[in-house]
Amino acid sequence: MLTPVVDDDGAPFWGYAAQGELRVQTCADCEEPRFPPRPCCPHCQSFASEWRQVSGRGRVWSYVVPHPPLLPEYAELAPYNVILVELADAPRIRLVGNLVTGPDAPLNSLSPDRIRIGARVQVVFSGDGLPQWMLERP
Amino acid sequence: MAITAGIKDATAIAGIGQTAFARQLPESERTLACRAILAALDDAGIAPAEVDALASFTMEETDEVEVAKALGLGDLTFFSKVGYGGGGSCATVAHLAAAIASGQATVGVAWRSRKRGSGPRPWKNTAVQLPTPAQWTRPFGLLRPADEIAMLTRRHMHEYGTTRDHLFNVALACRNRANQNPAAIMYDRPLTREMYMTSRWISEPLCLFDNCLETDGALACVVVSAERARDCRRTPVYIHSAAQGLPAQHHGMVNYWNDDPLTGPAWTAARHLWKHADFTPEDVQVAQIYDAFTALIPLSLEGYGFCGRGEGGAFTEGGALEIGGRLPMNTGGGGLSEAYVHGFNLITEGVRQLRGTSTAQVPGAGTCLVTAGEGVPTSALLLRN
Repeated sequence: MLTPVVDDDGAPFWGYAAQGELRVQTCADCEEPRFPPRPCCPHCQSFASEWRQVSGRGRVWSYVVPHPPLLPEYAELAPYNVILVELADAPRIRLVGNLVTGPDAPLNSLSPDRIRIGARVQVVFSGDGLPQWMLERP
Repeated sequence: MAITAGIKDATAIAGIGQTAFARQLPESERTLACRAILAALDDAGIAPAEVDALASFTMEETDEVEVAKALGLGDLTFFSKVGYGGGGSCATVAHLAAAIASGQATVGVAWRSRKRGSGPRPWKNTAVQLPTPAQWTRPFGLLRPADEIAMLTRRHMHEYGTTRDHLFNVALACRNRANQNPAAIMYDRPLTREMYMTSRWISEPLCLFDNCLETDGALACVVVSAERARDCRRTPVYIHSAAQGLPAQHHGMVNYWNDDPLTGPAWTAARHLWKHADFTPEDVQVAQIYDAFTALIPLSLEGYGFCGRGEGGAFTEGGALEIGGRLPMNTGGGGLSEAYVHGFNLITEGVRQLRGTSTAQVPGAGTCLVTAGEGVPTSALLLRN
């Protein structure tokens, strides 16, 4: 499976995720959150930022169910789901992830017909530090 | 100094050329590029030594030095490459138009040569980072452009009631036109609703027929001043308006992190395009709309102003995209059914329509919109005869 190819701007996100925390880069001056992380605030041009913890709650904004041809390890799991989660604390930030039955469960652990746009979800973390998502009301 | 007049109708496409299209062609991309460019120059009646400008895609593998020395081009004074894959197609022509209108060059060639049919799938290369923020998407299995656009498609369906039948209308219109075009890969293969609805999924809600072809081939066109074009062999096709579009806070094909992911680069390009045009969407008689995926058509119809926000699916109903419909589109078959060469065949087909030589001619067509890839930083042309 592919692991994140981390750049300087994204490194703090993955560092916090490895500790089981979902944090979002936020401007230290105007307090506007931004994603993906970048060096400068597009609202006030400040270079000062901090990483604020968010509740980890969100809603499914959209989802897809990929089928082959895919990279081999993903093809073995297909069809699986990929969801886009609108964060409750920052609605314009929508994180790509997978809806699973529990921490460390595979991408195909939840049947795609259980997924609905608008469903409430909660973040969990896999052992290798990837955020995953579970239905709030399974 | 007078205020510059801009590029409106200052330049024209005087020649077009192409190779055969196939899943696999034996010749190299470089050879195919040379053949397409020579065909376009011959169509215009312009000698290779007169060419002083080139434009292509950053993804083009054959560079200007190779093209110029192989073909015996003259001294080049303008050369440009445009990024973002299929979003750059119309911009190659736009850059030449701007260069020629501003006196930086006199004869420009834009081209694209690609062996996408027999070559590797770009997304399979996990070492190269595609022009998207891959760390946020690929580990979760959002691997291919089809997956990224399917995400927007599902949301468009949810918000606006767009259906698979709407997407089928797009696939069918392209296939019907390909069935009239002997150069099209799908020339002898009709498409039915049953075939579409029972085909295999690629990334739900997108099925096989929502995806473009994988093609080997090359195309080129020649841009000169309007005055020069009137002395060339063919009916001049004037570049009436041209635009690129990279909206504020846009994120490429994974445009998920802003207020409104469904308002893509088409909206930005369209505002500039129409601002500089003497006509409106209602006056466009035929369109060549970038169709790597069927779902890009509803998004583009909305962005370029042919219908309201959210109405792109419904617009396709009642044969609107067919010959005789409100907006006949992709009249050579498009990327879905003629050939997928990063949208360059949409430009050449737009030229054919305005010359009156299309295999699916819209009677009396005088205006044509050509668009580049929606969902990435894009570009568009308004052509007229």
